[in-house]
Amino acid sequence: MSAASPAFSLKPSGQLRRRRLVSRLMESIGWLAALLAVGVLFLVIGSVAVRAWPALSWDFLTQPPALFGQPGGGISSAIVGSALIVALATAMAVPFGVLIAIYLTEFASRRVAQPIQLVLDVLNGVPTIVTGIFVYGLLVIGHGQSAYAGAFALAIVMLPLVSRAAQETLRLVPAALREGSLALGVSRWRSVVGVILPTTFGGILTGAVLAVARAAGETAPLLFTCSIFNPAVSTDVSSALPNIPVLIFTYSEQPDQALHEQAWGAALVLIVFVLLASLTAKALLARSRRKLGR
Amino acid sequence: MGDRIGDVGLRLLTLLAALAAVALLGAIVWKVLALAWPAITHYGLSFVTGETWDPVKKVFGALPFIYGTAISSLIALVLATPLAIAIALWLSELAPGAARGVIGSLVELLAAIPSVVLGLWGILVLAPFLAQHLEPWLHDKLGFIPIFGEPSPTGTGLFTAGLILTIMVVPIIASICRELFLQVPDELEEGALALGATRWETIRGVILPSTRTGIAAAIILGLGRALGEAIAVTQVIGGGTTISANIFGPIDTLASKIAASYQGAGSGLEQASLLYLAAILLAIGLLTNLAAQIIVRVFDPLRGTH
Repeated sequence: MSAASPAFSLKPSGQLRRRRLVSRLMESIGWLAALLAVGVLFLVIGSVAVRAWPALSWDFLTQPPALFGQPGGGISSAIVGSALIVALATAMAVPFGVLIAIYLTEFASRRVAQPIQLVLDVLNGVPTIVTGIFVYGLLVIGHGQSAYAGAFALAIVMLPLVSRAAQETLRLVPAALREGSLALGVSRWRSVVGVILPTTFGGILTGAVLAVARAAGETAPLLFTCSIFNPAVSTDVSSALPNIPVLIFTYSEQPDQALHEQAWGAALVLIVFVLLASLTAKALLARSRRKLGR
Repeated sequence: MGDRIGDVGLRLLTLLAALAAVALLGAIVWKVLALAWPAITHYGLSFVTGETWDPVKKVFGALPFIYGTAISSLIALVLATPLAIAIALWLSELAPGAARGVIGSLVELLAAIPSVVLGLWGILVLAPFLAQHLEPWLHDKLGFIPIFGEPSPTGTGLFTAGLILTIMVVPIIASICRELFLQVPDELEEGALALGATRWETIRGVILPSTRTGIAAAIILGLGRALGEAIAVTQVIGGGTTISANIFGPIDTLASKIAASYQGAGSGLEQASLLYLAAILLAIGLLTNLAAQIIVRVFDPLRGTH
């Protein structure tokens, strides 16, 4: 090769400069968009934390709401009620969701599994206020509101999430494990219950924790099923129990500074719980994936 | 023998659970229709086009709330779609390794914020800001367009609802799109880069076209979320029954009108009309979700590339 001058120039022409500039511009839009989303997250969590600060105290977490017109009071009854309602909903949704997942991954043929999966996905898209109306029509008309009606509505919201998470982990179980168990002469049901399910425990737990995080903050399913309650601490699930989401909702609609402060406090409690649950789920998921070798 | 029973038993038990889920969806549709039936027989389809909702005169129509639902969702999608796609592209193509995981998780956390908390923030922080700053500014600069009419005195209204819905919809569309973009085969992207395309040209010429249908499905799923959100919208939309071109004005969506009446509605007809609204919302919700699911299932996003 001689050192003759090349027929083309390596210096960017105007056209190339323009193309690079456009590309840079678009890349910076990407950066801006990502920063904006994170900024909004911090803005929301930050304002909740700052405004909740004056309300927070030991009494706030351990006292029931003050009587009408009196200062002070806390949200202990709503914490107890929310815990009970969500626990009941979890007890309904998790076994049910896991059974569906076992059927879809272990027994159903593709042709049967697909429409059922479609139904679960569509169920996940039913507006949650309509879920509340459904349970209102089913359990509340003629019987009155109750914690178990609220829990049933929340369970409907949780079901597709739990079932989807359980399916995903069941699919991760190595085929060798399943085949090995069957090859040893273990019957189908014993290998599902004794071999496959235990390995998916972590994944199912992850799904359950995520569903609990979602259910703890759901307000719409409770509005028509568990929203008109006596504010005192109670564990009677056959009556409507106070709960955190409905408390925040009703307080936020009142033109009362003191109630707003309580709403911010309750919002902080809720948000801390939801964020901790999400982070726990993430850690659990990473652990169970490692164990299954993925 | 015991194993035979166990096998059949487990199969039956799980089958029953799966069938119960199908029955549950059927029961929801049936029950909501049954609840709305008195109003459906009373009004027929003219309820959908009725412009008046007046409990005093006992005249009820759904149009204001269908309008509110449509416009608030439209505002949310117009703002959220480009933002979410940009975030997804950044997460899948541009982000430096360490930032990718952290920012990705933070965007997911945005979806985990309960809607009632977002609504609380919307009514007490965002709305006053909008009323004092953004809405007067938009009205001054763009007031010649009728949609930017008189600012709302409290900051609650259709526009605020659209903004809150945007925050809820962005993480949904972004996380689906990120998965789609990560599925585009590396050879395709590297081929474009090797041909001298810039990064943006690779995105515009390879990544976006090969994931088009998936993006459409993601947007429809986001729409489903926006249409059905009741709580946060109820908190910030102001509550009204008048259709107005001004997006700063108060109105209600189907979902927020139902939610706002949770402490009981006046007459039997009003109650039945609210349940009719729920039936319309359910129908719209089912159709949007079904459409998104069918798009996902029928169109492989990367058809013909592998």
